[in-house]
Amino acid sequence: MTDTFLTVTDLGVRFRTEDGPVQAVDGLSFELERGRTLAIVGESGSGKSVTSLAVLGLHDPARTTLTGSIKLDGQELVGADEGTLRGLRGSRMAMVFQDALTALSPYYTVGEQIAESFRRHTGANRRAAKDRAVELLGRVGIPSPARRAEDYPHQFSGGMRQRAMIACALVCDPELLIADEPTTALDVTVQAQILDLLGDLQREFGTAIILITHDLGVVAGNANDALVMYAGRCVEQGSVEQVLTEPQHPYTAGLLSSVPRLHGDVDVPLTPVRGNPPALLGGLPPGCAFRPRCDHAQDRCSEDRPQLVGVGGRLAACHFPLLASDPTDQLETSR
Amino acid sequence: MLRFLTRRLLGAALILLVISAATFLLFFAVTPDPALLSCGKQCTPETLAAIQHNLGVDSPVPVQYWHFLVGVFAGRDFGAGQHCPAPCLGYSFVNQQPVLQTLLDRLPATLSVAFGAGALVLTMGVGLGLIAALRRGKPLDKASMGLALIGASFQIYFFGIIARYVLVDQLGWLPRPDYTPLTSDPLQWAGGMILPWVTLAVVNAATYARFTRSTMLENLSEEYVRAVRAKGLSARAVYLKHAFRGAMTPVLTMFGIDMGMFLGGALITETTFNIPGIGRLAVDSVAAQDLPMMMGTVLVASTAMVFASIAVDACYALIDPRVRTS
Repeated sequence: MTDTFLTVTDLGVRFRTEDGPVQAVDGLSFELERGRTLAIVGESGSGKSVTSLAVLGLHDPARTTLTGSIKLDGQELVGADEGTLRGLRGSRMAMVFQDALTALSPYYTVGEQIAESFRRHTGANRRAAKDRAVELLGRVGIPSPARRAEDYPHQFSGGMRQRAMIACALVCDPELLIADEPTTALDVTVQAQILDLLGDLQREFGTAIILITHDLGVVAGNANDALVMYAGRCVEQGSVEQVLTEPQHPYTAGLLSSVPRLHGDVDVPLTPVRGNPPALLGGLPPGCAFRPRCDHAQDRCSEDRPQLVGVGGRLAACHFPLLASDPTDQLETSR
Repeated sequence: MLRFLTRRLLGAALILLVISAATFLLFFAVTPDPALLSCGKQCTPETLAAIQHNLGVDSPVPVQYWHFLVGVFAGRDFGAGQHCPAPCLGYSFVNQQPVLQTLLDRLPATLSVAFGAGALVLTMGVGLGLIAALRRGKPLDKASMGLALIGASFQIYFFGIIARYVLVDQLGWLPRPDYTPLTSDPLQWAGGMILPWVTLAVVNAATYARFTRSTMLENLSEEYVRAVRAKGLSARAVYLKHAFRGAMTPVLTMFGIDMGMFLGGALITETTFNIPGIGRLAVDSVAAQDLPMMMGTVLVASTAMVFASIAVDACYALIDPRVRTS
């Protein structure tokens, strides 16, 4: 069943800053179907969070210019007025933030914060909204939810707070859920629980999920498709299996080789991607943005910006994709 | 809550004790024998001794302080035969009036100034700050911050006198500032208070406006405010229900301190507008080296300060559940 719910076409996000314009996202396109999960992967500053904020329309309109198109179930969001976006936010599309401690208000009870979204979108009365909040808290696995709904966020543990945050996002049964690093602030054991919870809820409600993360382990276990971003652009995009097992872009390969593996030899040192991501201020130089950090770069890479093209069943933006070369070779050379 | 109050009240008593002792010592460190003032030109040692005895200043300073404390809790007798029942703050050196009664007579005027000005400062300052934060970078923001800067640059005695000259004497738009007890004529009371209130508000509201603006902007950039927006809540709910709640705490701290000061007697305002409050009494008693009266005004001022800070802490607990439950 192909049931495309979110279509992003050639999205550009440009900030006006005191030091000049910054093109935080450039030419990003992807589609997402109901019931599927797209992982957006990249380092800090690669534009993955900016993308999610742009979808929700949470960017600062005074300083940000959006170009391209974001269609939610056929409805155009780029350039939509604030009232329309407000009606969609929290009801049809919702967001789970990275750190529930800062993303939940310290001044209101957890129950109130879940209920306020429900009341806003359904017009339910206080009583009904409170019952709904308790129901949701129970569904995300909070024990004795009726009592815990009266607690404040600081009385919850980290994992419980993230569950409460998810309850907040799911209270109106949204069709699109954006989870921005939902497990980064949590203990590893709790991480797995939260990701399982998201998976269960997705199976139950057919929610489309955008999972923003820098953790490739999270991508492997929880997403259908992956989109790798570098310096505001997509460098590789395809099914998780394709992208993680046979990366075509040297950057994806570099990310993978900097992750420890259980089945590999213990004494093989990890190889981090050398260097730092480029500064976006003042615009990128022509050519490939990854060139200065790439071991495969040739002259052409500094002049000609590679476009996303089909390579081995997925899209990659590289003049010299790794398909031909053996993955172990590539590990050797990148050392 | 009970433990909190008990602890704070004990602390308050200790602070008042230290302040009163310090005032007592300071007074005797800078003032020659207060009996000399009432002894006149032909002062014989005998009359001086008699006056000293009547005023209760014929014993060493620590003993006098002890008598003062005993008077507060148990009442005391003075040399001339008057009995002063507890709580006894003594009699004025200058006009022999009981200090407590004078303080109570003066208190309504000070309360009128303090609460009226406090309410006006808070509405003007916080309102202006909210508007400025909402319209950050826009002309309205710049205009209100400019206004705040001008207001903050005024001094009470300058702005008050100019405003009185222009608005009362020249244009006749405002009634002459004067104190009429609220109970005798509410309209006249309010009319006479307008100028003192406005003056205190203009000079102080500026600080509140700038402070509210910056704490609002700080809170608006908090992650939880973004999360509230992600829920699709209206701008007003985001702004007033969520961001403002967090911005209130620091503003309230400042307001507590200012209210404590106003309640202890707004010295300059009361003097500028000739309002018979605690502040005026304090100035007069210092000038007249009237120790008992001075002790009384100092105690009122420090009590106001201490209780304002207890009230602020109680408000914290109301606003912020993290304070309440830890």
